[in-house]
Amino acid sequence: MIALAASGPVIPTFGGGTSAFACERANRLFCPDWVSHNWGTVLWPALRQHVVLTLIAVSIGFVISTSLALIAYRRRWVERPVLIVTSILYTIPSLALFELLEPIPGLGLSRTTAEVALVSYTLLIMFRNTLTGLREVPADVRDAAAGMGMGPMQSLLRVELPLALPAIIAGVRIATVTVISLATVASLIDNEGLGAPILSAISNEVFKTELIVAGGMAVGLALAADGLLVITQRLLTPWTRAGGT
Amino acid sequence: MPNDRTAQSEGPSPFPPAEAGAGSSTRGHGERSVSPATLELRNVSKRYPGQREPAIAELSFSVGAGEVCVLVGPSGSGKTTAMRLINRMIALTSGDILLGGRSVLEREPHELRREIGYVIQQIGLFPHQTVTDNIATVPRLLGWDKSRTTSRVEELLELIGMDPREIGPRYPAQLSGGQRQRVGVARALAADPPLMLMDEPFGAIDPINRHRLQDEFLRLQAQVRKTVVFVTHDIDEAIKMGDKIAILRQGGHLAQYDTPAEILTNPADEFVAEFVGADRALKRLGLTTLQDIELAAPNGIEPDGQPLKLTTTVRDALSRVLAAGGRPQAVVDDNGKVEGLVTLELVGGLLGSDAFEHPDHSEPAP
Repeated sequence: MIALAASGPVIPTFGGGTSAFACERANRLFCPDWVSHNWGTVLWPALRQHVVLTLIAVSIGFVISTSLALIAYRRRWVERPVLIVTSILYTIPSLALFELLEPIPGLGLSRTTAEVALVSYTLLIMFRNTLTGLREVPADVRDAAAGMGMGPMQSLLRVELPLALPAIIAGVRIATVTVISLATVASLIDNEGLGAPILSAISNEVFKTELIVAGGMAVGLALAADGLLVITQRLLTPWTRAGGT
Repeated sequence: MPNDRTAQSEGPSPFPPAEAGAGSSTRGHGERSVSPATLELRNVSKRYPGQREPAIAELSFSVGAGEVCVLVGPSGSGKTTAMRLINRMIALTSGDILLGGRSVLEREPHELRREIGYVIQQIGLFPHQTVTDNIATVPRLLGWDKSRTTSRVEELLELIGMDPREIGPRYPAQLSGGQRQRVGVARALAADPPLMLMDEPFGAIDPINRHRLQDEFLRLQAQVRKTVVFVTHDIDEAIKMGDKIAILRQGGHLAQYDTPAEILTNPADEFVAEFVGADRALKRLGLTTLQDIELAAPNGIEPDGQPLKLTTTVRDALSRVLAAGGRPQAVVDDNGKVEGLVTLELVGGLLGSDAFEHPDHSEPAP
């Protein structure tokens, strides 16, 4: 009876222990009504933005770091400078990096600024993993490929890159989880993604439900993305599960 | 050959690219089989930059079509280097190498290598590809169509005694060492190359399986008749596998190039004598089977215990005689009929006589 009365009326009946916003006012840990009211307007759009932010950052980072790794694979001297630069980028605290980028003309408080920062955090991990994966291709396998008449490009595409795939995908996994986590901080700059509701939840006095739900969604997204990549790896590298005799 | 080969053509040995008839008529297998090619090394040297001594010095020898030439020598003798010069995995410093009469230096390295089977000790199977895909490597590089590649892969798997349906879809990690080795050989044979290079192909296999694989390879070779360059550090393997043996010494100098029998009978110098071992007389006996020698008269002796067979080597027969305290041992044919006796005097007489000619062990058995 009470539940029916509470959900039914068009005009919320403020006051009284069972009214609509009692949970919010009491700032309990989890208010399901708040979630269902704000899902379509706040949470779902934020999740979608977060996914887009992550996809763009990881994709661009993948292209850059893989290109650099391929160059360093052929020309050893490239490795050190790339490692130095990407390590510096990786160690800059994210807040500081956003503040550094913001004054640059053309960047400002935009999604571009957020993406530049996010991409820069993916480079070290994916560069190092891809390069290690390529270098760990057994010498006899490379020798056999060349000895049977594969050119350098054929050997790379048909033998070396496929064998480096487990390491490459491992790098993508770490980079993806890192970006999903850092993209919440990037909301300071572009005010989108799951960081936006988190920031609004902690802006005045902490609104627990919003903080917990948005934060939980970020964690869930990271877990889901990681799981998806694990499945991708299993599909792409069936030989890694072919056990010995 | 009809197409002129630039300035090279006035060289001393105008081999046709493939000596027709050298083996193709006796094979009767596979319509598209390519005839084996002759191989000739002419004053080949390799010197690595910054090193005073050459790795290979003025190496010259030639291998007939369909012959197995074994490069053997201690480590540092440059045998693997010499082999890798042939398919240009290593660039030679001077000299020339002719495959089927044509200089390998005129060829695009990748194209040349697709025509030369290549087997290495670690085999180098592609771990991410199935056995079928591994064997199909060179046919695919050559752009063969799917059905031709598929049927060739099946043919090869059957040739090495594997069920295409059972083994074909497996990954190398799911094979035993010996199986991997066989697949490596099948992969090298895939495009029916006129020349095979094999670098210690059985080196990583345990002794029992190594002997099996050696025998198997000799059987296979009798069928496919490739020109083979085979690298090993094991003189026994060299004697067993080679029609010709090239013994290399430190610095890539050729110490002797001859048939196994000749090397065992007349080692060119101290180094060769030492390398083939003090038991070279016994090794010579190992090249000959009982059917190739004249046995002592049976004298009515009945075979005791296990009689020797005609296919036994003289070396093994001698071992049996010695084990029996020097008593003569009977030799029987396939039907168990006594053919004659092996005695200590008989074997000693063989080794002592200048006339002890070794039949080439690689000739097809009657």
